[in-house]
Amino acid sequence: MKNLIAIVSMCASVAGGALADERTLTVYTYDSFVSEWGPGPQIESNFEQSCGCDLKFVAAGDGAAILSRLLLEGDRTSADVVLGLDTNLTAAAKASGLFAPHGLKPEGLTLPIEWDDEVFLPYDWGYFAFVYDATRLPEAPESFRELIDDYPDLSIVIQDPRSSTPGLGLLLWMKLVHGDEAASAWSALEPKIVTVTKGWSEAYSMFLEGEADMVLSYTTSPAYHAIAEGDISKRAAIFDEGNYLQVEVAGKIASSENGELADKFLSFMLSEGFQSVIPTTNWMYPAALARDSLPEGFAEIPEPDIALLFSDSEAESLRNDAIAEWRDALTR
Amino acid sequence: MARRANPLTSIAGAAAVAAVALVTLVPVASLWFNADRLLGRNAEFNLAAADIAALRFTLLQATLSAAISVGLAIPVARAIFRRRFWGRELLISVLGAPFLLPVIVAVIGLLAVWGRSGWISSALTMSGFERISIYGLSGVLLAHVFFNLPLATRMILQAWTRIPANHFRIAEQVGMTPRDVFRHLEIPMLRAVVPGAFLIIALICASSFAVVLALGGGPRATTLELAIYEAIRFEFNLGRAASLALLQFAMGGAIAIFVFAGNRDIGFGGGARVDFQRWRSKDKLPVAADILAIGLLFVLLGLPLVAILLDGAPKLATLPGEVWPALKNSILISLSSTAISIILGLALSARIATLSRLPARAVEVFSMLALSASPLVIGTGLFLLLRPFVNPFDMALPVTALVNSAMSLPLAVRILVPAQRRIIEVYGPLKESLGVRGWSGFRLVHWPALRSPAGFAAGIAAALSMGDLGVVALFAPPEFATLPLVVYRLIGAYRTDQATGAALLLVLASFALYYIFDRGGRLGRLA
Repeated sequence: MKNLIAIVSMCASVAGGALADERTLTVYTYDSFVSEWGPGPQIESNFEQSCGCDLKFVAAGDGAAILSRLLLEGDRTSADVVLGLDTNLTAAAKASGLFAPHGLKPEGLTLPIEWDDEVFLPYDWGYFAFVYDATRLPEAPESFRELIDDYPDLSIVIQDPRSSTPGLGLLLWMKLVHGDEAASAWSALEPKIVTVTKGWSEAYSMFLEGEADMVLSYTTSPAYHAIAEGDISKRAAIFDEGNYLQVEVAGKIASSENGELADKFLSFMLSEGFQSVIPTTNWMYPAALARDSLPEGFAEIPEPDIALLFSDSEAESLRNDAIAEWRDALTR
Repeated sequence: MARRANPLTSIAGAAAVAAVALVTLVPVASLWFNADRLLGRNAEFNLAAADIAALRFTLLQATLSAAISVGLAIPVARAIFRRRFWGRELLISVLGAPFLLPVIVAVIGLLAVWGRSGWISSALTMSGFERISIYGLSGVLLAHVFFNLPLATRMILQAWTRIPANHFRIAEQVGMTPRDVFRHLEIPMLRAVVPGAFLIIALICASSFAVVLALGGGPRATTLELAIYEAIRFEFNLGRAASLALLQFAMGGAIAIFVFAGNRDIGFGGGARVDFQRWRSKDKLPVAADILAIGLLFVLLGLPLVAILLDGAPKLATLPGEVWPALKNSILISLSSTAISIILGLALSARIATLSRLPARAVEVFSMLALSASPLVIGTGLFLLLRPFVNPFDMALPVTALVNSAMSLPLAVRILVPAQRRIIEVYGPLKESLGVRGWSGFRLVHWPALRSPAGFAAGIAAALSMGDLGVVALFAPPEFATLPLVVYRLIGAYRTDQATGAALLLVLASFALYYIFDRGGRLGRLA
C-alpha cells in the first residue's frame, strides 16, 4: 500500500513539475529531519499547500555537516534557506557572510531565553540531559555534583565534542557550570565514562543495549519512548545547576534568488503548520507553540528550573581551549 | 626479467593508477588549493602536539590489529584447508560478512557478546565472576580483528590452495613430517602472502574512526581520521585537513615500504591443485588444533553475527518504505563500482605481473594508499573540484561508484597478482608454443586461472561498496539515499527498531552480492 501511495505521489509530483514554472525553494538540513519519520515530509506538504512552490529538503549530514557544505559552496550555493544549525555553530556561520538578516520580529516565541538574533530564527529547542532507564537505575543523580561525587558504580556514555554537536553541548555545559574547575570536574567524572562516541546515534544505541546507565541526550528523549513505544521507563535527569540548552535555528542565504519565498518559509516556520509537527517527529520543544498545544505526553516532561546557554560568540571563542582541557583531563 | 606488456594492459594499467590518484592525491591537492574557501584560512602545513599523539595511536592500533588478524588467520586458514566438514563451503562464504557491516551495526553486535551487559559478561556474573570491560585498546583490537580476521583468512586460504598438490605428494613420498612440510612448503607460501595481507589490514584500520572511538573508551583512542573530520566539520580548516591527510598517506606509505622490504612473492611452478583430502593419508597432526582454530573463528566472528541476526530478524517486518529505493541505489552503486574495480584490477595486476620487482612494488604500494584515504577528504576534495563544472547532484552515482571502486582496487590487485604471476610462469610458454593470443588467449588461458580470485575480489568490492557511506553524502540529491544513509537517518529519528531491520536488510543484500560473485568464481573449485 505504501508503495502504491509512493507511486501515485511520484506521478503527481511529475505532473506538478511539468505543469509550470513553479519555483523551487531549496532548504539544507540534517539527515534525520528528512527521514520518513522526521518532520520533513509533513512540513513539506503543509508548506506546499500555501506557497505555490516546490519545497526541496537537501539532507547534508548532521548539523555540522550542513555548515561545512555551505561554506564549501560559498555564495554559489544552491541553498535558499539553511535549517538545523545550533547556537554553537552560528558564530562561524555569521562570519562567513553568507547569511542575510531575517528582518522579522518574531512573536510568541516559547524559548526559556530571550531571542534577539538578527540573522537566525529558532524553530525548536531542547535541554541536554543524562537519560536513564528507571528500571535499571532506580535512583539517579540530581546534579553534576552528585553525578561526579556520588554513585561510584554509575556508568555514562557521552559524545565526542570534536565530532558531535551534543558532545560540544556537554563540553560547554561543564564549562559553564564549573568554570575554571572544569578540568578537574572532567577528571573526577572520567572513571564513570564508559566511552565517548562519534555521534549521538552510537551513544544512544549503546545506552539502549545496556552498555551504560546514562547517556547524554535530551530531556525530551523519554517522550519519544512514552509516545511512540508506550515505554515509560526512560527518564531524564534534571540537574540543580541547570541544564544546557540546544536551540536549533534557520537562516536565509543572502545570495538566494528566491528571497521572497525564503522569507515566506521563515514566517511559516514559526506558524502552527510547522511548529505542531516538531514535537512528535523531531522530539524537541517547538520554538513558537503555546504549552497547551503540546501533544499529550510532551507537556508532562519534567523541566529544569535553570536554562543555561553561552551566546554564540562565547561558545565559539571557548571551544578550542575547552576541547584541549577536556582531552587532557581524560587522557591523563 | 621485465616482460613486454600488451598495449591494452598498459593503457588499462595507467587508467587504474589514475583512478587511485583520483582518491588519493587529487582530493588532497583540491583541499589544499581551496583552503581559503572556508572562513578565509590559508593553507599551511601545521600539526599540533595532539595530532602527533593521534598519529602514534593510529599507528599502534593499525599495526596491532593487522598483526593479530593475520596471526590468528594462519591456523584458521590451515584448519579450513586441511579439514572437510559440514558447512565448510558456507563458512568460507560467511568469511566475507563482517567486512560489509555498517560500523554501528557491527559495534552493537560486538557489544551484544562482549559488552558490559553482553552474553559473556552475563554468563560471568551469573557464575559469580566480575563482568569484563573491553573498552580501550582491547576493544579497538577486538573490533578490528572481527572486521579483518575473515579477510586475512580468505587471503591466506587462497594461497594455501595455490601450493600444487604434487608438492604435498612428493613431500609425503620422501617421508617429510608435517613439520618439514610446514617448513619447506607452507612457510615459503606464508612469507609470500602474509605481508600483503598485513599491509592491507593495517591500512584499512589506519583510517578507522567511529569504531575506534566507540570501543576505545575516550580521547586516548583518537585517530588521525577523527582529526580530519574535526578539521572539516567543526574548524572549517581545509588546509589542516589536507596536512592531516598527507600525514595519513605518509604513515601508510611508510608501513608499506617497511612491510615490503625484504619480502618477495614466490611461485610454486605448475601442477594440478587437487583436493588436499584425496592424497592425505598419514597426516597425524592433531585434529584438536584445527578444531580449536575453527572454534576461535566461531567465537570471534560467529557470535556477534548471530547476535545481529537475532536482533534484526524480527524487525525486518517493520521496514519503512524508504528502504526500497535506497536498496536499489545501493545495489546500483555497488554493481557499477564492482565492474570498474574488477576491470581495473585485472588490468593493473596483469601489468604489475610483467614489471620487475621494484617498479611492481612501487605501483602496488601506490595503489594501496587508496585504502588509507579518508572518505571525507575524498568527498570534499572531489566536490570542490567538480562543482564549478557540473551539478554535484547529477554526479552522485558515477562519483560514488568510481570512488568506491578505487578504494577496493588495492584489494583486487593483491588478490589477483599471484594468479597473474602464475599465468605468466606456468602458461606463458604454453601460450607461446600454441600461439593463442588476444581474446581467445584470455578466455582459454587467463580466465580459468583468474576466475576464482576475481570472483572473490568482486565479492569484496561489492560488499565494501554497499556498506560505504562516506563519499555519497555531499553528492546525494534530495530524495536520493543509499541504504547505509537510511540506517543512520532512522537511528537519528530514534527509530532504532526500523534501523536494525534496515541494517539487517543491508547485511543480507550485500552478503547476497558477495556470495553470488564469490561462489560464482569458485564453482567447481577448491577454495
